[in-house]
Amino acid sequence: MTEGIRHSARREPGWLRRAVSCDHKVIGIQYALTALLMLFVAFCMVLMMRWQLAYPESPFPFLSNFFGEDDTRMPKGVMLPNFYNQLGAMHGTYMVFLAVVPLLVGGFGTYLVPLMLGAPNLAFPRLSRVGYLCYLAGIVIISFSFITPAGPSNSGWTGYPPLSVIETGGQTYWLVGIAFVYLSSLFLAINLITSIVQLRAPGLSLLRLPFFVWSQLVTSYLLLLAFPPLAAAAVLQLMDRLEGTSFFLPSGLVVTGKPLDASGGGSALLWQHLFWFLAHPEVYVLILPAFGIIAEVIANNTRKPLWGYKGMVVSAVFMGFMSMLVWAHHMFLTGMGTVISTFFQATTLIISIPSIIMATSLLVSLWGGSIRFTVPMLFALAFLPMFGIGGLTGLPLALSATNIVLHDTYYVIGHFHYVVAPGTLFAIFAGVYYWFPKVTGRKLNDTLGHLHFWPSLLFMNAIFIPMLLQGLAGVSRRLYDGGATYGFGQEVFFLNKAATHSAFALAIAQLPFVINFVYSLRWGKKSADNPWDATSLEWNTPSPPRFGGNFDKPPRAHRGPNEYSVPGKAKDFSPQWEPEEA
Amino acid sequence: MSQWWGLPVLASEHGAHVDRLLILTHLFIAVLFAGWFAYGVYVLMRFRKSRQPRADHHGARSRATYYIEAVVIGVEVLLLVALSVPFWSRYVVAVPDEGEALQVRLVAQQYAWNFHYGGADGVFGRTAAEFIDDELNPVGLDRDDPFGKDDIVLRNQLYLPVNRPAVIWLSSQDVIHSLNIPELRVKQDVIPGVQTHVSFVPTMTTEQYRTIKGSADRTFEIACAQLCGLGHYKMRGFLHVLSPEAFAKWIEENAPDPNAVETDSFFS
Repeated sequence: MTEGIRHSARREPGWLRRAVSCDHKVIGIQYALTALLMLFVAFCMVLMMRWQLAYPESPFPFLSNFFGEDDTRMPKGVMLPNFYNQLGAMHGTYMVFLAVVPLLVGGFGTYLVPLMLGAPNLAFPRLSRVGYLCYLAGIVIISFSFITPAGPSNSGWTGYPPLSVIETGGQTYWLVGIAFVYLSSLFLAINLITSIVQLRAPGLSLLRLPFFVWSQLVTSYLLLLAFPPLAAAAVLQLMDRLEGTSFFLPSGLVVTGKPLDASGGGSALLWQHLFWFLAHPEVYVLILPAFGIIAEVIANNTRKPLWGYKGMVVSAVFMGFMSMLVWAHHMFLTGMGTVISTFFQATTLIISIPSIIMATSLLVSLWGGSIRFTVPMLFALAFLPMFGIGGLTGLPLALSATNIVLHDTYYVIGHFHYVVAPGTLFAIFAGVYYWFPKVTGRKLNDTLGHLHFWPSLLFMNAIFIPMLLQGLAGVSRRLYDGGATYGFGQEVFFLNKAATHSAFALAIAQLPFVINFVYSLRWGKKSADNPWDATSLEWNTPSPPRFGGNFDKPPRAHRGPNEYSVPGKAKDFSPQWEPEEA
Repeated sequence: MSQWWGLPVLASEHGAHVDRLLILTHLFIAVLFAGWFAYGVYVLMRFRKSRQPRADHHGARSRATYYIEAVVIGVEVLLLVALSVPFWSRYVVAVPDEGEALQVRLVAQQYAWNFHYGGADGVFGRTAAEFIDDELNPVGLDRDDPFGKDDIVLRNQLYLPVNRPAVIWLSSQDVIHSLNIPELRVKQDVIPGVQTHVSFVPTMTTEQYRTIKGSADRTFEIACAQLCGLGHYKMRGFLHVLSPEAFAKWIEENAPDPNAVETDSFFS
């Protein structure tokens, strides 16, 4: 390990050598930038869908001239149902599999975990390079389906058979692409787990790890254990589509009056079990690293240790374990008996307990602090109530009796978007503003940060509150015309317009962020090595940390991760790397 | 109180229990959210840097959070054990008495709801895939079967008597659909290869519903809740809830005469 450190003293290699290197920082940045691009693409998709929902079958502004009259997607800018369904499936796929998970685990995890461990690189540097390439391959394969004649998958990001098997869209590309995304997650998980177990600096015991590292550890275990069933299921569905098997096709299917040419004997519900066995833990993959980011930002900006750190660690581990026992709460209405539904309701309520403990610990951490309202802190503070709404609206969904009314309505959409959009995305923004100086050596501009934060907070809510209301009114999700066909949909149709206008406003509210990001890369205020007076080991490196080695000399951890305002010390922060004065 | 929460008009017996649980749950989460939010605002003002230049290393000493968490767990258990689970076994899993309840078969397809009634004798005729004709015989009814001669098959129209339990046996020909009747708080996935059922008691006639809505055009609507393909958004059916007399009359008028020779032209 020390060899890498000596190397860093040599002349630094050129940009090309760096770009293809196996340095975790390079790969982390590549993950993060690629995933941010995917986030942008998926956001553009949903803007087009939102236009169609508010103004069904009217031409999308500015786009009508780009599409001919016989276009199969948007003739004269008017979206067709097939393209709507394709965008719906792709929005979910891009957001979950290609944007948020790679950003949190591939970006933040790969970049920050070795630094927080005091390590020169991940345990398997080449494996992390291969993982990134698999992720790229997944993007290319799934995106390629957009330029095939049939277009991308149109069966929802959940790909429920028999629909996904009998539809001719790009479901095949989706399945193959997901297999590559799976490989990338697998390599990430193996790498992070091994690094966290093996590469901790001397003195960095498990309970001295920053909570962020704990969240990445649990997340990695989830990816490692929960993804294989979906990968297997994807292969089975691929066989159903290409080779005439019937893993997911029951006997006697009749499609538009004609018997389907399939052997039958399979089970449509089997897919749902296999899919949700991954996809529910995936929700915790989306939220746990977000909690990790928020915990670091809150500790730093309250200038005090996290309240209940051990409780949070235990909660995160317990949450990870429980997340693999709740999947069938997505399936209450598939004809479930009392015993099974009670089991899954109970596990779902049990998993709410660690979530509440973690959120409460963060809230209580504010007590007694000396709170600085920096831009990352604003995003972190907003995360708490937004995640709160997302989590709390899960309760009526978790009870099977009330699930009857809310299942597959816009309430579900509102619920999980509160968790992932103003929840996880705000955590991501908090993380970007917080670690940008470490990664680039320059600070993001505060004024532009405020211009980004406040409108984003406002419009996020203005998008998702209407969805909760529409769901209560009974409007189904995934309707091409936003419910205009139905009388009860018409009654709340105005909410579609509210949500759509807010979505476009949210897009405009991201401009200050983009400008800030690009501007600060080059012209931002130069940052010190430890601009936030923080305590964990990543701040013991130069900003940016040295290529190939990170630390000037191997660090040693002398105390816990968030020792701020220690009584009797003049400084209000005691970094992990500073030895105790005699 | 249902309308305050933006729920549709309530028109079924079990729906009252669903609404009560839904409202209780939302009250609970509203109280929790308001409490946490108020605490957060207070803390942010009290412990801002200008007012508290140096943080207290130890932080909160109160054990209040343990009590709050215990209360939250207690309420959740209560909602689950006292309300949700009994409801599930009583209204969702249980099937009402065959004699008392009206039996209807639903065969869903892309993108229509086909309802099959036993007719005057109340017994379903035999059905088989080989008889399926998308236009003339969407459920594949064997008209030569003695019980099938008087059966009624309707597309996208469901007629039910008010205040009498109805059991709908659900099946799908092609993909997964989900039967959604918001006013009756009815939703159930319709899965090919799986026989599911949904039972409920409509408590409001279509006429009463129209009076409440103040519009003669409104009818209870049936929507699809599970993405089933390109026509998912317009997979719309109608539920007509009639008085018992009107329903008996409807059956009588619509059931084909079992003795008639022409048997396959009833469906339009």
